[in-house]
Amino acid sequence: MNAPKAKRIAAKAGYILLLTVFIVMMVFPFYWLVLTSLKDPRDISLMPTELWPSRFSLKFFSYAFTEHHLEVYLLNSVIVALGAMVLTILFAFPAAYAFSRIRFRFKKFWRNVILLANMFPIIAVVTPMFIIFRKMHLINTYWGLIIPSVIITLPMAIWTLQAFIDTLPKDLEEAAQIDGCSRFQAVIRIIFPLAAPGIFTTAIIAFITAWNEFMFALILVTKDSMRTVPVAISMFPGQYTVPWGDMAAASVIATVPIVFVVLLLQKWIVSGLTSGAVKG
Amino acid sequence: MKKHISREKRDNLTGYLLIAPAVLAVIAIGIVPVIITFSYSFEYYQLTDPKNRHFVGLQNYIEILGNSSFWMVLKNTAIFAVISMALELLLGFTGALLMNGAGKAARGAVRTIVLIPWAVPGIIIAYMFQFLFNNQLGPVNVILSHLGGSADFSWLTKPWSAMFVVVAADAWKQFPYIALMLLAGLQTIPQELYESAAIDGAGKIKSFFHITLPNLKGILLIVLLFRTMGAIRIFDIIFGITGGGPASSTSTLLYQAYKYLFTDMNYGKGSAMSTIITLIILAISILYIRVLGKRAEE
Repeated sequence: MNAPKAKRIAAKAGYILLLTVFIVMMVFPFYWLVLTSLKDPRDISLMPTELWPSRFSLKFFSYAFTEHHLEVYLLNSVIVALGAMVLTILFAFPAAYAFSRIRFRFKKFWRNVILLANMFPIIAVVTPMFIIFRKMHLINTYWGLIIPSVIITLPMAIWTLQAFIDTLPKDLEEAAQIDGCSRFQAVIRIIFPLAAPGIFTTAIIAFITAWNEFMFALILVTKDSMRTVPVAISMFPGQYTVPWGDMAAASVIATVPIVFVVLLLQKWIVSGLTSGAVKG
Repeated sequence: MKKHISREKRDNLTGYLLIAPAVLAVIAIGIVPVIITFSYSFEYYQLTDPKNRHFVGLQNYIEILGNSSFWMVLKNTAIFAVISMALELLLGFTGALLMNGAGKAARGAVRTIVLIPWAVPGIIIAYMFQFLFNNQLGPVNVILSHLGGSADFSWLTKPWSAMFVVVAADAWKQFPYIALMLLAGLQTIPQELYESAAIDGAGKIKSFFHITLPNLKGILLIVLLFRTMGAIRIFDIIFGITGGGPASSTSTLLYQAYKYLFTDMNYGKGSAMSTIITLIILAISILYIRVLGKRAEE
């Protein structure tokens, strides 16, 4: 009678131990980033490094703004990510609805075209874009970053939204159409409100994807004042010194709002990220 | 009968009108540039020498394939893809099983923690890991020295350890996605299967291999193909941690293409390299769409 009980307790202890190791491993890099950003500049190059600092300061956060003008890059990032998000939803919703609800010829082919475009490596897209954008004076503009971002966010958005619309009951809009609504009215009055959570989730995922985008932002912007936050941070290191504290503080500022949003909406985001594939 | 046909026509028109913006956008900013890159790949085209631009046939490809550095970056890409995928699958499975076994509250907490790396920009993760493994200022060496190891190991100056840091950073960023996908899959497996297996006397390990794995086959396939392509397309992590070094030991196909294009300003050669990558990805994509298509038809 005692042996199985001991075994159960051991199993439970093993589980908790594994879970703890797992969580520590997950959290430690992020913990270290935040810790570094809060260090006193005088302690940053102490050797050996302190795993728990003896004093804290917000100096690196003020350096991020006074020395590196992070506010400029934050504004650029917000504009680009918002622009990409709005454009993505405007393009994705009609397409997702059509793929979910309407029968038309070569539907599968067009869906595959969109999926395929998602697979292409950015490196094979960015060079002609750079050359053409230079001719069109789109280098160092917001549009010059918003437009390419859409190629990354759009296929994923269509996929997620379609999976969401697929789950909505068909009879409501059919009833509305029988009652004399046009298809357009049925979509606006019935599908749109029902799909709101799905649209919202897709929008958040698109925003975060555009916010994190690196290669386009690195190559299609040559003027410092037009850089987005990720690229700006990558330009912090000088020729001889790497300002770890400044970079950590800037990184914390760039990620904390996003992490906060993600934590707040985690349930929806998880279902958005997994819906297409699990159902697939 | 007449009405039926007109309805079909109307549906066709509506369908095409609704997908038109998305399809046109994808063609204009995704597919057309790839075709232009393809055409550049047959040209002598250097930014420093634009007047001299001319058609050279397969010259760029011959130069790339004839250079031993191509085979080295190809090998690096394969090593990176295999090791990172193995690590991500291992961590992803552990994470998914931990979340699946947890109570509701604990599952929510773990799921929340697991989402954080997904939301952090790759370049920031790159610097986080560069800092963690910094030989003088990073905590990894300090912790290792507490455990009796070397306190001054220079991670980023040796090929194998530099590759390890890159793989670790990528795994940390990517495995949450795998864990979430696998968890979603786990939750669709009916509990009765495990119960009846337990009655038949199957242990936990046996039921993992006979029930869990077969039921997750579809999702595992998608995850594997996704991650293969992710490994080929990785850029910001390598850019931030090693810049391809030391001595190109962490440079991948894509990183080499970037260097041809934007360090050497050699658009012809860089485009040829980009086209090679596109072709590799295309081959994998076709496989992927086939598998997905089969699953959708059931």
